[in-house]
Parts: sequence; structure tokens; C-alpha cells
Amino acid sequence: MQPFTSLTTTAVPLRAENVDTDQIIPARYLTAVTKAGMGDGLFAAWRYGADGAPNPEFVLNRQDYAGAEILLAGRNFGSGSSREHAVWALTEYGFRAVIAPGFADIFYNNSLKNGLLPVALPEEQVAMLWDLVEEQPDTTIAIDLAAQTVTLPDGQQASFAIDPYRKVCLLQGLDDLGYLLSKEPEIAAFEQGQTSNA
Amino acid sequence: MTHNGRAKTLFEKVWDAHVVTQDAGAPAVLYIDAHLVHEVTSPQAFAMLRERGLPVRRPDRTFATMDHAIPTRNVDITLWPSDAATQVRTLRENCQDFGVTLFDIDGPVQGIVHVVGPEMGITQPGMTIVCGDSHTSTHGAFGALAFGIGTSEVGHVLATQCLLQDKPKTFAINVEGELGVGVTAKDIILAVIAKNGAGGGAGHVFEYRGSAIRGLSMANRMTICNMSIEGGARAGMIAPDETTFAYLKGRPHAPQGADWERAVARWRSLTTDEGAAFDRDLTLDANLLQPMVTYGTNPGQGVVVTGRIPTVDDLNDPAERRSLLSALEYMGLRQGQPMAGQPVDIVFIGSCTNSRIEDLREAAAIVQGKRVAGDVWAIVVPGSKAVKTQAEQEGLDRIFREAGFEWRGAGCSMCLAMNDDKAGAGKYVASTSNRNFQGRQGPGARSLLMSPIMAAAAAVNGRVVDVREML
Repeated sequence: MQPFTSLTTTAVPLRAENVDTDQIIPARYLTAVTKAGMGDGLFAAWRYGADGAPNPEFVLNRQDYAGAEILLAGRNFGSGSSREHAVWALTEYGFRAVIAPGFADIFYNNSLKNGLLPVALPEEQVAMLWDLVEEQPDTTIAIDLAAQTVTLPDGQQASFAIDPYRKVCLLQGLDDLGYLLSKEPEIAAFEQGQTSNA
Repeated sequence: MTHNGRAKTLFEKVWDAHVVTQDAGAPAVLYIDAHLVHEVTSPQAFAMLRERGLPVRRPDRTFATMDHAIPTRNVDITLWPSDAATQVRTLRENCQDFGVTLFDIDGPVQGIVHVVGPEMGITQPGMTIVCGDSHTSTHGAFGALAFGIGTSEVGHVLATQCLLQDKPKTFAINVEGELGVGVTAKDIILAVIAKNGAGGGAGHVFEYRGSAIRGLSMANRMTICNMSIEGGARAGMIAPDETTFAYLKGRPHAPQGADWERAVARWRSLTTDEGAAFDRDLTLDANLLQPMVTYGTNPGQGVVVTGRIPTVDDLNDPAERRSLLSALEYMGLRQGQPMAGQPVDIVFIGSCTNSRIEDLREAAAIVQGKRVAGDVWAIVVPGSKAVKTQAEQEGLDRIFREAGFEWRGAGCSMCLAMNDDKAGAGKYVASTSNRNFQGRQGPGARSLLMSPIMAAAAAVNGRVVDVREML
């Protein structure tokens, strides 16, 4: 997994609540048997017109936000389907972090397993960030995972919470599998006990 | 009470019994009893096993079927779109190479993974069950802790039979009283989500309790637990009881003989202890519930069929107002519009929420002797081959066909429109499925979620009607 330490970049304001994983990547893009190519399907219904051409109205297609690596979204981001393809689409497109007032549980877990940092901030702070980057699209936002802070160019700072174990995994780029495989003796003993209790 | 004297919830009992180990400051290593697999979210996980040279640790606890991408019109794979066929062939290869049981489309058991698991008796009280599908919450109807996972986690369970999990909080949903005629399990869960919000259950496991829940069949309990995820909870549970045991007895994977008696004795302890505390709770009066219909683009945007779509003046929260306006723009509906009378173009009866034999019987009873209205396109997609066969033995297929419905093979179909069952742009779909997201049932499609009998009533009337007027 790609480690996440810190990031200073511009942000895309997606002023919408309950953005579900069907919006992030529609089901018709899930027919692949690999992870590659998911970025093309990111927000497909909003990003492309019926003719397949980019929809100039959609915020991701605006030149001012090109190259931004932070997505700023509304509450309950990533709700719905468990499809990890939604995270693969965001990361392949170039996002490294999503800031929102809250995330759906499965999406949050999937993000952590792919080096995409989900940052939960209070709703009024997200609303302030929306206003700011809509007015000044070149505003850079700095995220420091070790310090658990989000900092604006004028020095304003907010803190965010993250589970300490998940934080270490992200900082060092560790995935859960190595850890789980190291627990093999405990797992085997657990199974032994389960069989004898059945 | 438990032996150590501390009162526990049903969830805590199942959780505690599956924690293999937990290091200080780390999530728990949680053991998974049954792992369900389908063609869409598993290929990258099997690929990871191959890359790292790992076997499936417990193929005997792993069960696969095909449901999401498959066409429901014919069974000849050579006529399928190439990507769906590739996913099916990939799953076959993976199951063959790793020794996993596959309920293939060629066999008698295939169907929607959350219909097949319970039907086969794989789903049992007190188990932990996962699947790379958010509607795994369905299996909580048996008193199992069941939740959806991403593809990375599918790989973890294949390799180790375990997951690293943070312990969720508990949330009691009490539904007391008696449902009125024409009010169903679907209306209970849509009312819960309308009240608590689409994200209201985040970080929690629901336990559905109360006299109205105890009175429900297993099919109805599955409908409710299925949509726990639409309420933001990862899982929903219902304590097992005589209804649960009667459903499971004799099913292929259920314990047999003396093992059955021992299992039932163990399962009887799977209730929330008197005095156990929940982190949150919510109570609904079943007597006051009415048939529900969603008008928006998240499952919390629902109203009673006799009601009206809210106006922005009804809402205080700016985010809720923004959600309402964007939903109504997409849906082509008006603030304050009465829900009844809204025309529909398509009717879809199916999905892991409502495609069991009980759902089809109830819908067929509404449709019997009537015709699908005008040019409404109506389809019934049974949840599994077993449901389809049973329905055909009972003559339900004939009732639906004679009324003008299409009668299909088993699969997810128009619930997520991964196959060729897609609603057209701008079309209104009266749907028994679980998600009314933008484009969920096809690009531009507009979903109105409701119960099977409400969808059947919409089919024969060509518009949303209160099914109670037909009973």
C-alpha cells in the first residue's frame, strides 16, 4: 500500500450529501476482473454527458480544479455498496484524501486499505472549506497525518481523529494481511476450541 | 444473564465469541464462520492470493455463486456480454483452483447470494458471516453478525478466515404493536430509515426488537435486516427464536440429528440479556405505520403513500434542504406533491430485499386476474433457482405472465442494472429493491422503492396507489 504521511494540494468542492458508491463508480464499470481503469468511471454520470463528452458544468471538469488531490464532500460520503472499486476509482484519478463531515463505514475501511485518507471534520468546517475553495480554487490545504491536522495557508488549523493502529498502517504503508498472517497460531488455536465446543 | 454476570446484547455475545485475539491499541482479530463470494467483488482478491502464493485457508467455510452481472433472460453463456462471461469464467476457475464450493448457473442452487445462503442453511444463529456485498446484513435475520466488506477484506478472509475489525456500537430498533393490513416488513424498514436518516446508523449494529418483529416470518426479517445498510448500519440482527429454528431445520447445511438439538440449545442463549445497555435506541409504533414509498435519491427520502413529498419549508437543516432539491430535480418530482397518483413506467419485483417465495406469493395475490396497465414494463426476477422452481410449482409464474409480467431467471438484475435489465433515462420504476440512488437501476432511471404488494398494485394501475384500497 502507498504510505500516506502528508499532503499539500488544492481541493475540489463537491457540495453534495450522501454521495453513494454508485455515484462514485456506476455498476457498469464493475465488470473488470482487475483494478486498472477505474479512474475513467469516477463520477461517470455527473462527469460525462449522454454523448460521452465531459460535462463542463461538473466541478471535476473545471480547469481551476485540475490536479487537486483532495475531495471536499458532504455528510455520509461513500454510502451504499461495498464496492472497493469506488476507492480504486478515486485513487486512480489522483485523489489522496477525502474531507467530509462523515463517511459510510465500509467506504471508510476500504479507503484505509488503499492509502486514501478519509478526514472527518465538523460540518461547519467543511462548509467553510467549500466557500473558500469555491471562491479561490488555488487555495492549498495541508494535511499532516502524523499531527492529525488540516491547515490552511493563513494558518487556520483543524484536528481530526483517526484510530492509532490505522494511522501507523497508513504512515508506514502496511496492509492488514501481514498482521493477520502473523496471528496464524492464535487462529489455529481458536478453530481448535470452536470445534471442541460445537 | 451470562456466567460472569454482566448483561450483554445479542451483538456483544456473537462478537465476543469470535475475537481470536486483540493486541493493545489494535483492532480485534475477528474469526469468520462463513464467507460468501460472488463474481464481481472477488476476482481481484483471488488475484492477490495468486500473487502472494497463498491458499484459501478454509475452503469448507467459503461458498460462491453468481448473481450480480449475469443476464436473467437465458442461460447460454456463449450469448452473454463478454465482460459478464469473463467474470463468471474467472469465478469458476478461482473456485476450481482454490477448492471453493460454487453454486454455478448450470446447477440447481444458484441465485442471489443472500437468498441462497439462508436457503442452504449455511446461515445460522450466532455465526459471523461476511461477503463482498453490503447487503450481507440480510443474514442478521438469523441472529448472525453479518456484514459487507471490500475486496481487500475478501482477500484477508480467504487467506486467514479473519478480519481486523473495530468493535461497532449497538443501536436498538424497537418496533412494538401490530402491523395493519397491507403494511409489510418493507414499510417497517423504510419508516426506520426515513426517521433515522440514511447515515443515521453509521458505526452501529442495529438490533430489531419488539412484538412486531417477533411476529414476522424469516423472509420478512431478512427484508428488514437487508436494508440495515441503507440506514447506515453495517449490520442488523434479530434474536433467533422458534420461527428461526423451524426455518432452518432440515436444510442441507443445518446440523442434523443430535447435533441439531445441541445447536438449538446453544442458539436459545442468543438473546439480549435483561438489563443490557444499547448505545442508542429508537422506537416505532407498528400500529401507526403505513405503506411507504421513496421519492428521492437516498433511501431515507420516503413518505407514507397517503402523504406528500416534503417542501424545503418542512426542513430546518441546510444539508437536508440541499439533498431534497437535488433529489427532486433528478427525480422530476415536485415539493408537496402527493405520492399517490405518481405514474410509473416500469415495475421491478426482485432483489435480495424482496425476491423470496413469500414476496412473490403476496405480489401474485394482488396481480391475479388483472392486467399490467398500459405500456408499463413489468418484470419478476426470483431470488434463486429454488424460489423460481417453487413459484412455478405453485403456479405463480402463470399468474404473473397472464397479467403481462416477464418471468425471469434468478439474479440481481435491475436492482443494480449490471446486466441488460436497465431502466431507461427518466423512467419511473416502482421497485422492490433497496436503493433509489441516481442511476442505480440504469443511467437516468428514477426509482420509487416500495413493498412487493405496493409494486404489484402500481403495475396494474400504472401509478403509485395505496395497495390497501385493493385488499
